[in-house]
This record gives sequence, C-alpha cells and structure tokens, in this order.
Amino acid sequence: MIGIYLIIAFFISGTLFFNRNTKINNLLLIAFLLLQCIFTVYEYTHLRVIELEYFKPDALGILLLITLTIVAIPAIYYSHLYITDHHENNRSRGIYCSAIVMLITAIGVAYLSNHIAVTWIFVEITILSASALIYHHRNERSLEGTWKYVFICAISITLIFIGILFLSMAMRQAGSTDLTFNNLLVKAPVLNVFWLRLSFLFIFTGFTAKLGLVPMYTAGIDAKDKAPAPAGALFATVLMNMGFVGIFRIFIIISHTTIFTWANNVMMIAACLTVFVATVYMVKVKNIKRMLAYSGIEHMGLVIIGLAAGGIGYYAAILHIILHALVKSSFFFQFSQVYKVFQSKSIYDVGNYFKYNLTGAMVILIGFICATAMPPSGMFVSEFMIFSALFKAHQIAVLVLVMILLTMIIWAFGKNIFKLLFTPVEDFDDSHVPKINPWHSSFQFGLIGLSIYLGLNPPLQFVNLIQEAIQNLPH
Amino acid sequence: MINVLLIILLISLLYLSIANRLLTYIKILAFQGVILFGVALIELNEINTVNLVFILLETIIVKAILVPLFIKYIIKRNNITRETEPFLPNFVSLIIVTTIIVITILLSNSITDTHLEKISFIVALSTLFTGLFIIGTRKKIITHVMGYLVIENGVFILSLAIGNEMPLLVNLGILLDIFASVLILGIFVNKIGDVLKDVDVDQLRNLKD
Repeated sequence: MIGIYLIIAFFISGTLFFNRNTKINNLLLIAFLLLQCIFTVYEYTHLRVIELEYFKPDALGILLLITLTIVAIPAIYYSHLYITDHHENNRSRGIYCSAIVMLITAIGVAYLSNHIAVTWIFVEITILSASALIYHHRNERSLEGTWKYVFICAISITLIFIGILFLSMAMRQAGSTDLTFNNLLVKAPVLNVFWLRLSFLFIFTGFTAKLGLVPMYTAGIDAKDKAPAPAGALFATVLMNMGFVGIFRIFIIISHTTIFTWANNVMMIAACLTVFVATVYMVKVKNIKRMLAYSGIEHMGLVIIGLAAGGIGYYAAILHIILHALVKSSFFFQFSQVYKVFQSKSIYDVGNYFKYNLTGAMVILIGFICATAMPPSGMFVSEFMIFSALFKAHQIAVLVLVMILLTMIIWAFGKNIFKLLFTPVEDFDDSHVPKINPWHSSFQFGLIGLSIYLGLNPPLQFVNLIQEAIQNLPH
Repeated sequence: MINVLLIILLISLLYLSIANRLLTYIKILAFQGVILFGVALIELNEINTVNLVFILLETIIVKAILVPLFIKYIIKRNNITRETEPFLPNFVSLIIVTTIIVITILLSNSITDTHLEKISFIVALSTLFTGLFIIGTRKKIITHVMGYLVIENGVFILSLAIGNEMPLLVNLGILLDIFASVLILGIFVNKIGDVLKDVDVDQLRNLKD
C-alpha cells in the first residue's frame, strides 16, 4: 500500500504543479485527502506488518499518522480559503498545492519508515517542499526566511547523515550492515559505545532543526512566520512531530545500551535550554505568529524533558506531542482570520477581537486555555504527568526551574492574547473589516475539542497504542 | 597513495583559510573534487562496477566541474566583488585551521578501534570543521555556500571509509550532495541576486525578535 500511496500522491502533486484549471485543482485536492484517509485506515488495520522491506507501521507511526491526517484535512480546507481570499494566480496556486501535498506525503511516510536512511531521505523531501511553501509570497522577507531555512536544514541533514555514518561504524563491531530500527534494537547491547555516543550527538543535533530545540530551532521560527498560515500550521505541528520520531527511535536504541544515563543528561540540558530560550523570546516577541512558534518550541522542550525524566514521562511525552499538534494547528488556522480583520501580525495593531469576530475570538480564548495547559485542557493531563515524572526521577531542580519559566511564559502569552481579545486599538478604522463566516471556525473548534477529549477521557485503543509505542523503553 | 591524496586535501584546507579571492575558493573546490575522484577510485575496490562508475562520475562531473562553473556563473551574474571579506585576518584563520587539524589528530589518537582508518578520519573531521569555520567567519553569502560544499567533501570522505561494506551510504551521500547543491545554488542563482543587490549577510537581518 505504501508503494501505491507514494506513486499516486506524487502523481497528484505533479499534476497540481502543472495544472492551471481551478476545478481540476479542487478535485485533485479532494482526491488526495481521500487517498490520505484510505491510507491511514489501511495502515491502522495492518499494524506491525513490514512493507517494501523498509516501512513498518508501528504504534508510534500510526498514532502520528492519524494526527497528520486529522490536521491535514483542515489544512487543505483553509489553504483553499486562503488562496481564494488572496486571489492568487493559477501558477502560484499550483506550486502551493503541489508543495503542500508533497509535504504531507513525505511526513506521513517518514513516520512509518523502519530504516534510518529512508527516514533521512523523506526528511530531505520535506525540506524541499517546505521551502516552496515559505517562499510563497515572493518578497524580500520571505526570501530571507527561505534562505535561512534551507541553509540551516541543509546543515542539519548533513549532521544527521554524519550520525548515520557513525552509527554504521558502531554496527561494524556487531558484525552487521543492516540499519533497520528492528535490527539496531536487537544489536543494541553489542554496539560500539564510542561511535554510538558520537552518532547520538549528531543525529540528535540534526533533528533539533525539525523538532525545534536548542541549538537549531531558529530555522523553524522564520519558516512558520513567513509561510502562509495553513502551511505554518503544518510546520508547527506535524513537521515537528517528524523530528520527534527521528529522535525517539534513536532514543529507544540508546536505552538498551550503557550510555543511556548520559543520553538522558544531554537531552535534559538541551530541553531546559529550549524552555529557557522560549521564555526569553515569549516575553519579548511582538509578532503573533512568531509568538505561537515560540510557544511550540516551549512545548517541544517539555516533551523532551518528559522523555529524559523517564517512567510516566514517556507516556506523557507522546500524549503531549499529539495534543499539542491538535491545539497549535487550530491556533494557526485561526490566525488567518485575525490577519484578515487587522491586516497586521504585530500585537500593537490588534485588539478588541471579540467585537469583530465572535467565534474566532472564542477559538483564541479556548485555544489559549488549552495551550497554557490549564484545566480542562488535555495538555494539563500530559504536563501534570511530565512534572510527576520529574518528581519521581528526583529532578527537583529542573522541576522548579521549568515551573518558574512556564509561569513567565503564561504571563507573556496571556498578556498578548488578552490584548488581542479585549483591549481596543486606538485609531483603528473598522469600516473595512470584512464579515467573517462563523462556520469557517468549525474545524478549529473540532480540533480543540478533540484535544480536550483525548486528554480527559482517552479511548482504550489510543491508550494501548501509546503503551505499545513505549514498550521497548525501560520501565 | 591514498594517504598522499588525503594529505594533499588537508593542505588545500590550509590554503583555503588564507585565500583572498572568491576565484581561488572555486579553484580549491574543483581541486578537492578531483582528489575525491582519486580517493574513491582507489578506495572502493569491492563494490559493483555500475555503482562505482556512478560515484566516480558524480565526483568528477558534479564536484569538480559543474558546481565550480555554476558558482562562477553566479558570481558573474550577480556582480559579486572578488574579495572574500573575512571577519578575521588571514593569519588568525590559518592558526585556527591548524588548531582544528591538531585537535582532530589528538582526538583520533585517543580512539581505540582497530577498524578505524585514522588518516581518513582526521581529514574528514578537519574538512568538516574547516567548512563550519568558513561559514562562521566570512561575510558573503556565497562563501557560506562554498563552506557548506567543503563540509560535504568532508562527509564524502567519511562515507568512503565504510563504502565497501555499505555502498548504500555512499550513494546517500551523493544524493545529499546533489540535492543540496541544486536547492541552495538554485535559490541563489534565481532569486537572491534579483532581490538583494550586493549580497552579504548584513542584508539578512530583517527577520528577528
């Protein structure tokens, strides 16, 4: 099925690129969404069956693939609205739709890959398609964003490649050349520790560009800022999850070796620095889109803290990354409407949003409660688990530090969001504010509602899948 | 023989650190491509012929001819001045690159792995870090690109060291090479020259917080 999926999806992407007809464009997008849904259902029913040698839909891959499909449907719907609103010409619409289809395909297949080199190839394809989306507006700033993204990501995939080379050197001692994750897991106790250590450092650093951790988080921020908001929603959620998959799979292998404690320390340091950096920028930032991007960075820091703390933190990390994808994407989708009303991203130019778009303002308010993990948000549950994991791991210093930083983040985030919602702006001429159809926000309510439901009352299959995803980690 | 080639590559890094003109950088990149061709020819004696021919063609055509010509074309088209404009004096650059080489030698001496081919490892790591150093200390964007190409040469040497057992990884390295060159240089040739006149990193300072 993966082979068929890849062929059809790339064919659709190619046709979209050359097609100039609006009707065919819409039909192709609907066809792709159907294909994506069928593919997801098929893989879910064929759990743990290896396909084409290199692909295996394991529990983590399936969980994230379902998340991807759930986010992809509104992403394409809002992209359609975005293109209609901006009266894009047919050529730039073709490039945009083709790139977004390619991006979704590459991310989905990267989740399911069972071979580290195959994951790496699909990471490359996401860079290619993401750069086309960032450069959508074709002006000087989007060029700057694209250039920085491409350059930093090129260095990051080079680092991952070096990590893979070191991993193969570590495998040489075990007398095997098969770099599938299954085989690596079997051979983990006999791998050469020195090369494995180097390999982990390089692969981890490389994937931080995708996941958004210190040191390479910068590329993603510019990308989410300059790309159109529906594409930014994909960058801020499912693309980051792809970085998580890369780190998580290598982390499982490391957990069966003697350098596990060391790796935990490395990840803990990187994650704490990430939350710190996110705090510094959240307090300072005046651009709403960048603020949302930094909030994503903070959540990824928490996820890695959960992984490094161990115990219940593993479960919490996976739950958190899924819930974050649902909440943050609805925020980005809503941002399109905010921009339509105020024609600005700056926090100084926006205010009194309740007056102009009631449903949209409700999305922002509920989304804010969810993103800052206040009850009844689903993320409250996962963050609570991460904190109790830190307690059990006796990392009290980290816990206190993160708590203080999170308080500052909530303050800064709240200050800006409440300004957007309630404070009227001086000299704002509201005669040109367009009327926004309240039904356009329905997907956003759906995503946020789903995140609350999954956090408070997770279905049994969902819990079982998460448990299965972490079963190879030491308990 | 292979060691001689690798050491010549190492010397070319020292030359790179004191070069003043962009044209010299391009010549060094082309020269490194030729050396990598030689190394691949001698080193990869156990893989199948089709794959070997592919790798050799990639090194000689892409690395040694196409990419240098392409960069030359970009420089001409965008009227980039010929100076490299480093932030540091050449003497300091030379000292730093030498230090990088010494440190990698010390590092590889501390490794106790019988499989390790020391000289390739040293040359690969030095090339890698020199590339990063060049990216960090030169002002023009085009020199950043060339620094990145130097990093890729380092990665290529590293992949050759295990190329006989896992030719797949060498091919992946080549894929990276072609992908990155096309994407990065492609953006450069089409866009940056048109939108930003007189290209240096000072113009990339709009996106910030």
